[in-house]
Amino acid sequence: MDFELMISSFPKLLNATVITLKLLSLSLFFGLFIGLLFAILRMNKNPIVNKFAYGYSYVFRGTPLLVQIFIIYFGLGQIEYLRSTFLWVILKEPYWCAIIAFALNTGAYTSEILRSAFQTIKPGFIEAGKSLGIPNKIIFYKIQIPIAIKQSLPAYGNEIILMLKGTSLASTVTLMDLTGVAKYIISTTFKPIEVFIVAGGIYLFMTFCVHNLIKFLEKKYGFQT
Amino acid sequence: MELLAFGKSGWGDELFYATLMTIAVSITAMLIGFFFALIFTPLKLSKHKSLNLIGNFYTTVIRGVPELLVIYLFFFGGSGAIMFVASMFGYYEYIEINAFITGSFAIGIISGAYSTEVFRGSIQSIDKGQFEASKVLGIKKHIQFYKVILPQMLRLAIPNLSNVWQITLKDTSLISVTGLVEIMRQSYIAAGSTRDPLFFYSFASFIFITYVFKYETN
Repeated sequence: MDFELMISSFPKLLNATVITLKLLSLSLFFGLFIGLLFAILRMNKNPIVNKFAYGYSYVFRGTPLLVQIFIIYFGLGQIEYLRSTFLWVILKEPYWCAIIAFALNTGAYTSEILRSAFQTIKPGFIEAGKSLGIPNKIIFYKIQIPIAIKQSLPAYGNEIILMLKGTSLASTVTLMDLTGVAKYIISTTFKPIEVFIVAGGIYLFMTFCVHNLIKFLEKKYGFQT
Repeated sequence: MELLAFGKSGWGDELFYATLMTIAVSITAMLIGFFFALIFTPLKLSKHKSLNLIGNFYTTVIRGVPELLVIYLFFFGGSGAIMFVASMFGYYEYIEINAFITGSFAIGIISGAYSTEVFRGSIQSIDKGQFEASKVLGIKKHIQFYKVILPQMLRLAIPNLSNVWQITLKDTSLISVTGLVEIMRQSYIAAGSTRDPLFFYSFASFIFITYVFKYETN
């Protein structure tokens, strides 16, 4: 055990944690919107729209996140047309490529979580709203969405933790996030166990925080339906 | 399509062997995972606090730390650990472990943590009366496990195990960082030499989707 290395690498890893958290929060933010959009599309009665949304979630849940990042980072640059548009400003940055890939990935999972939450809402709630003469739009925004969010909290907490672990893949596209820095320190010092303990400890601490935050939110906003 | 031709002109045969490698790694990892689950499920269910702690430590750490970090630990630390053990027996030569073994062991440990949770959940959801009834009938402990608990447990565990299998299969793509030539690595090589990453990575994702498709319909 090399405690000196553990102590000296701790600030470096903590610095890298900032990037990990940035990646996580941005991708969850965009992913939530994508997920909500596709969950609504999934419940559309039109079979083409429905199939499209199903296909999206199927493809992104069925392939490894690594492939998705590589397609976006290495693959999209190959299309000549894209290079000439303004999108290239975003797509040439590994940071944004990683965020796009994570957001699309977590969006697919979130859409499934939200869909099942929407489907488990008791029809009585919607009927009650209808009989009170509330317009459909407001029923959706004020009744269905809040209930769905509350019901999907535990599953969404798991998704946040999965995404936290997923951000480690950003290190494969040259981003120096927590895993990237950990790998750099391991490959320069050849002391994998010490670095693993420190980096793993930081990850565990973050998962612990997310886990407890979700538990707290569940207690605060959860109710029996 | 020329890119996928078999033989020297295309990448068809290389990708085919890489596909077989992915399947081999994921099956080996799954079996190693079962082995770990077999050890840690009783620990998690045991009444002793200290044994319980070991079981919980395993599943919490492995499920809370990114897979890539675990793979790096094994990739960089694996041969060191083996050499350390070997040096205790008086063998000081350099030992290099096969990338296949390190990779499937790392993925196996990750898969084992998920399998442990699945087995624990399904044993706990078996009706308590089943345990009591077999006790009342005077069935011995190990026969009780094999004839009463195991069949019911497997029935509950199999749907969740298919999820674990999918996670394991997708995790095998991460071993490409260690240089084992499976689908991701082969696509990386092919994309590098043909300058056509979009095609090869899309093909890789197509292969992964077809696997998952097969398992989802089962």
